Amino acid sequence: MPIWLEIRLLPPARYLAIRRHLLGWALLGIAGSLAGAQAPPAPPAAPAAPPAPVAARFVVVLDAAHGGDDSGGRLNGQAEKTVTLALSVRLRSLLEARGIAVVTTRDSDATVDLNRRAEVANHANAEACLSLHATESGNGIHLFASSVAPAQSTHFAAWKTAQAAWVTRSLALAGTLNSALLQAGMTVTLGRTTLLAVDSMTCPAVAVEIAPERGPDKKVTTELDDPDYQARIAGALAAALLDWRSEARQP
Amino acid sequence: MIPRHQTILFLVLLLASVVMSVVLWQLRDRAHQRMLVGQDSAPTQAPEVAPVVQATLLVANDADNSLLAQVQSLPLPQDPGTRARVVLGKLLELYAAPDANHPVPGGASSIAQVFLLPVVNPDLDPTGSTAVRDEGKFPLSGPGSGESSPATLGIERGDLQQTGPELAVVNLTGAFAANHPSGLETETLTVLSICGTLHANLPRVTEVRFLVDGAQRATLAGHADLTRTYLATEAVPTEGSHP
Repeated sequence: MPIWLEIRLLPPARYLAIRRHLLGWALLGIAGSLAGAQAPPAPPAAPAAPPAPVAARFVVVLDAAHGGDDSGGRLNGQAEKTVTLALSVRLRSLLEARGIAVVTTRDSDATVDLNRRAEVANHANAEACLSLHATESGNGIHLFASSVAPAQSTHFAAWKTAQAAWVTRSLALAGTLNSALLQAGMTVTLGRTTLLAVDSMTCPAVAVEIAPERGPDKKVTTELDDPDYQARIAGALAAALLDWRSEARQP
Repeated sequence: MIPRHQTILFLVLLLASVVMSVVLWQLRDRAHQRMLVGQDSAPTQAPEVAPVVQATLLVANDADNSLLAQVQSLPLPQDPGTRARVVLGKLLELYAAPDANHPVPGGASSIAQVFLLPVVNPDLDPTGSTAVRDEGKFPLSGPGSGESSPATLGIERGDLQQTGPELAVVNLTGAFAANHPSGLETETLTVLSICGTLHANLPRVTEVRFLVDGAQRATLAGHADLTRTYLATEAVPTEGSHP
């Protein structure tokens, strides 16, 4: 005897209960399909404990500036693209070891268009975007937020000023990075600039430029290619991003 | 044996050559004399001495990423375009000095021209108190850029209102861009200090654009965007922070 006939032959009260149950399952299945859920829905009648809050995925975008045909500046015999990539790789490993998802705009010596860099960052839905640069001018670490004037978020933002809705958060991120770097004993300067890749990013974005450390007489005390110096910078930036994640998760 | 007529012909030709040489030598002497007369460098007109006025230069400092207003007495011509070029030339001379806090090679000759054009946008307040936030225009200036007094340069406020705001197009030499140190901070400071210095000395200049050898260039030395119009009217504080 088919199962549907067995159910139909049950007493009316029992039959109606089963039908309601099956109908509930069917409706939930349809809703789940529409929402793209993979797992079968739980029975509605089962009294379940409130689900534990699932932390949103915290993504950091690392943009190693230059690359490929664009070598950037010459730094003590080294190309800027090499220094930025080395810092990106080092910082990525530190962040991933701390459970932070990292998206990079390049992992090798490849040419990446400035617009493409912003596209990668915007698709990542990142909580922090760092554009990494290096120079021989100045002293210590230079942090730059976009100089785009702050504006309300709109559905259709202009590409060249997409950062406008995020620039306030970018300044806050620059503050967090500044605190961590100062705590690590480094010299930091803050500023605003126009940089195409950063101006088009829809995430809290800061350009981090590393320079040699100099003494009071302007003479270089620590070169850019010093592994210990690079490790200190990467460590401080990773600590700052952990702080940033904690702040982002606070209610 | 040489025939007689050939001997006579040879002597005639020899004589003609000598005569022609003498004539040519005299012609050369006359031409030289005429050239010396044409190059007479005796002054025929008294040189015009530009009045010495106070010019405010916003001098960059790489150590703390700051712009410091520095007042200098300079002989400045009356023509605003030439005046802008002279002021910027002085600024870049400071950067080319060996002990500069913002070392950039090149000097005064790095500014090829400065063109001043009227700004078409009617919403822009010539006093600079209102910021214009059109797409692609970004306020950039350093401390002190909004404190300049037009009276110090002999420009009346009434003139400003009559003529309206101006766009300065700064044409840099290719050598300057090629030799500029690469870096976000150093390039941004150069752009900022040029914008701020122009606005401090020519308050009608509210917007600045850059060319290199007469053509548009993507960046100064790989970082600072030169494709955009910069607003020089609104002060953005630039902080220095030290441990």
